[in-house]
Amino acid sequence: MTEARPSAPRAAAPPRSWWRANQQRLTPWLFLAPGILMFGLYVIWPIFESFWLSFYDWDGLGEARWIGWGNYRELRSDPAFYTSLRNNVLWLVLYLLAVPAGLLIALFLNQTVFGIRLYKSLFFFPFVISQVVVGLMFSWFYAPNFGLFYKLVEWLTGTGVAVLADPDLVTYGIIAAGLWPQIAYVMILYLTGLNNVAPDQVEAARLDGAKGWRMLWYVILPQLRPATFIAVVVTVIGALRSFDLVSIMTDGGPFGSSRVLSFYMYEQALSEYGYRMGYGAAIAVVLFLIMMVFISGFIWKMVRDEREGY
Amino acid sequence: MFQTSRRAALALTVAMLAATAAQAEQRVLRYYADFDPAPLAAFEAAIADFEAENPDIDVQLQNFDHEGYKTAIRNFLTADAPDLANWYAGNRMAPFVKAGQFLDVSDVWNEHGLHDSLASAAASMTIDGKQWGVPYTYYQWGIYYNKTVYEQVGASVPATWDEFIANCEKFKAAGIDCVTTGTKALWPGAGIFDYLNLRTNGYEHHMKLTAGEIPWTDDTVRATFAEWAKLVGPGYVTANHTALDWQDAAALLVQGKAANYVMGNFAVAVFKEGGMTDETLGFMPFPTINPDVPRAEEAPTDTVHIPSGAKNVEDAKKFLAFLARADVQTKLNEGLGQLPINKDSTVGSDPFIQAGFELLSTTPGGIAQFFDRDAPAEMAKIGMEGFQEFMVRPENLDAILERLEAARQRIYQ
Repeated sequence: MTEARPSAPRAAAPPRSWWRANQQRLTPWLFLAPGILMFGLYVIWPIFESFWLSFYDWDGLGEARWIGWGNYRELRSDPAFYTSLRNNVLWLVLYLLAVPAGLLIALFLNQTVFGIRLYKSLFFFPFVISQVVVGLMFSWFYAPNFGLFYKLVEWLTGTGVAVLADPDLVTYGIIAAGLWPQIAYVMILYLTGLNNVAPDQVEAARLDGAKGWRMLWYVILPQLRPATFIAVVVTVIGALRSFDLVSIMTDGGPFGSSRVLSFYMYEQALSEYGYRMGYGAAIAVVLFLIMMVFISGFIWKMVRDEREGY
Repeated sequence: MFQTSRRAALALTVAMLAATAAQAEQRVLRYYADFDPAPLAAFEAAIADFEAENPDIDVQLQNFDHEGYKTAIRNFLTADAPDLANWYAGNRMAPFVKAGQFLDVSDVWNEHGLHDSLASAAASMTIDGKQWGVPYTYYQWGIYYNKTVYEQVGASVPATWDEFIANCEKFKAAGIDCVTTGTKALWPGAGIFDYLNLRTNGYEHHMKLTAGEIPWTDDTVRATFAEWAKLVGPGYVTANHTALDWQDAAALLVQGKAANYVMGNFAVAVFKEGGMTDETLGFMPFPTINPDVPRAEEAPTDTVHIPSGAKNVEDAKKFLAFLARADVQTKLNEGLGQLPINKDSTVGSDPFIQAGFELLSTTPGGIAQFFDRDAPAEMAKIGMEGFQEFMVRPENLDAILERLEAARQRIYQ
């Protein structure tokens, strides 16, 4: 958009000030400066600070002691760390179920019937509720002795299952709670995507005899690619930063079976019995590196798509 | 117009000057605390008494949310220290003492004879031979039981662990949980461990264990867990306790679905809110396991300290001396519904308070704080997780003890 205007003859113009000469080049940076400053101060700097801190043994009060790779060595033989890592992988894999489930609901809701707006907003409702409230609701749902789910299982099988008390089931129980709002989120992304599907292409495909599954796979889904991309990105990142539900529903328990890395980091560094800043920072670094794998993948794809002109 | 506004401004300035002058006569004492509503009222009354005795001191109490305080104290001690701050006795105050955040108040103890009057809590206030604060209240732990349920199955109140376990069989047959607990927040399970170890191995052993001087894989520790297994193995403990808060488990006792609850005296308020009375709620000391071990009890102590960044140290010490006085502790603990520490204080007529006073003042073995106050924070967390795991999967005992032992070797080095 910025086309240089033909400049007036040089000789006639008065000598230009430095600011006038460089205005065009500097202006974007000046506008960016507040953002860059904030981003640098609150995002980039703490990342390096965490890397640095992870080589220390520090309780947040006294003297910090340099211990080199000590925290990482301890992580390598820490069973709680492996439990957290395994749960993070579970979260990643199962949370992605939100993408097909959201698509299914979106396809189902993408029709013109009387009152469809109401149905859409009802389906979207879980995403509007705060995660804390979702966590509380599901804790009551699973609660032993009086929870709806517990009663239901008791009625079906004779003995109730207290999902949050069972070390083998607890993570699945929390992920199910997390999926509820996440599916609604993905659904909204797909609904907006479906609005942009070109009707003429659908028409043409229909003339060629495509319908049902083939129509979805070869005609609709390729047009939904941007929506799918965003849905996968927000779901993966949501899975990796799953913290609030774990904290609200189980506090990482029973005996640490439902911890994820972000929660373990918080527990070690900041909770009542924690204050191992260095160890917490080391967990944060590991989590950061895992996230970087995904984030750089996403960025790489975005840059490539932009170059190809999608 | 101009004149009047100027006169008004002048009047305002004069008024403000007068106000600051009045304040200047009073020295300010800033006090940060973490009281729940009922204790707050009791403490505000005590502060009012202090101010009446010392009209030149103005105590400014800043109350925090109980849980939030545990995080906040680490920030305000270093950033903006008050003159007085609430905290806990035992190892729980050690990090602040070692980091030089609390002031040595041994002079207050010596000057006012607190070594004598507060003798029962002296050990838990002492680190490196110095005292670091003043305790004002504590409360007993023990077993609270539902008398109706005991009558229903025809069980008598046990004095020994074997009798207790025999009772459990009766409760189990009647479909009642012998022992209930809610370990979602981990610490209720530690109360059971503390008592089992105090009764099996005694106070000295327990203190050494929490101080990291005894390996967790030691046979003495295994003996404690063997006693615990008698409770866990046959399923005498409430199922799914890991998903319950301690109040949820209290409800089970109130409803008669559970018989016994190893708890602190603060739970009495919850039982009574649920409809229990002095006729249906009972209290007993934890039964004897090893008759050769002198009886020791658990009584967490709450304390007030002077941060080393305090500005008004002199008046803060005056307040600590006031708080240690027998009459002050009597009145304060009547409001708190807990036990005074000063030996010359008197206790209220509540039967549970009376029982606790009787229990603690006759303890021959010693008074432990609580697992998460006797052991350092890191060890407490790993330990309590291990206790919880044992109560769900007793077959994992070896793995649990080895994990605790590895943690001990790392933490206490």
